Amino acid sequence: MSHSSVFVTTFLAAAVEVIEMVIIVVGVGSVRGWRSTWLGAGAGFGVLAALVLALGTALRAVPIGALRLVVGSLLLVFGLQWLRKGIRRVAANGLRGMGERAASAEGVPAEGVDWTAFVLSFKGVLLEGLEIAFIVVSFGLAAQALGTSVLGAVAALVVVAGAGLLAVGWVARIPRSALQLVVGTLLSSFGTFWAVQGLGVAWPGDEAAILGLVGWYLLAALGYVALGRRRVQRLDVLEVGR
Amino acid sequence: MTLILGWLKGFGLFWYGFVVGDDWTVAATVAAALVATGLLHAAGVAAWWLAPAAAVAAVGLSLRRTGW
Repeated sequence: MSHSSVFVTTFLAAAVEVIEMVIIVVGVGSVRGWRSTWLGAGAGFGVLAALVLALGTALRAVPIGALRLVVGSLLLVFGLQWLRKGIRRVAANGLRGMGERAASAEGVPAEGVDWTAFVLSFKGVLLEGLEIAFIVVSFGLAAQALGTSVLGAVAALVVVAGAGLLAVGWVARIPRSALQLVVGTLLSSFGTFWAVQGLGVAWPGDEAAILGLVGWYLLAALGYVALGRRRVQRLDVLEVGR
Repeated sequence: MTLILGWLKGFGLFWYGFVVGDDWTVAATVAAALVATGLLHAAGVAAWWLAPAAAVAAVGLSLRRTGW
């Protein structure tokens, strides 16, 4: 395998993981606010760096399956909480709340660290970062081009994270009521994917299954929103009739 | 001692809110679905569909139970 093939292969494989990492960080930051989200991401990178420095190529000994199961399960149950809240809000208010501050979101502390944002961001960065490190070590050692493999992963991180930062402004334009539903959908999708994968179950289409899960949860959420709106309209009719 | 107990209580409450939230049945359904997925997988059955199906059903039942 030539160095350019190692670079491209590592870049593409790592880019998939970085996209997942960036979606979680941008989603959580947009809903809960940025300070604690960045703190969580920074702490995740810190722990990742310490693990990489301490273990080096022995990193592959880390039980990634168990980690996927734990992180995925936690993301799934938390994502479903946001999905339910988002469904209720969109059903009750429609797409209102555009441009409101993220700190207005329910349960976000005005001062100190928002541990929810911290933990979500930390877990997303640590798990995805570990997966990237595995990719780098596996491809790098197999092709005896560890340096090139590291470069490919760093390039993926810079390119995708840069695109993610540019997307922050676009995400801020999504109405607040819908944002929690969208981020809940994404967290539930990633959580389901990782938890089931952590059990050793293979997804049809591998990572592409995440897109199917996003579609599945989004369709279900829109169905529940439609049912909820019908109920709200029925209550309005009853109210007017009195 | 009081400080440590207060910290432990806060830590426990945070994780309870993070995992369980305002409806414990969703977390319980997800846990049961994942256990069932693991058992089916061990028995050689393709069970990737079980967790997403159970999650959507749990959300619907939770919405209904809490006033829909």
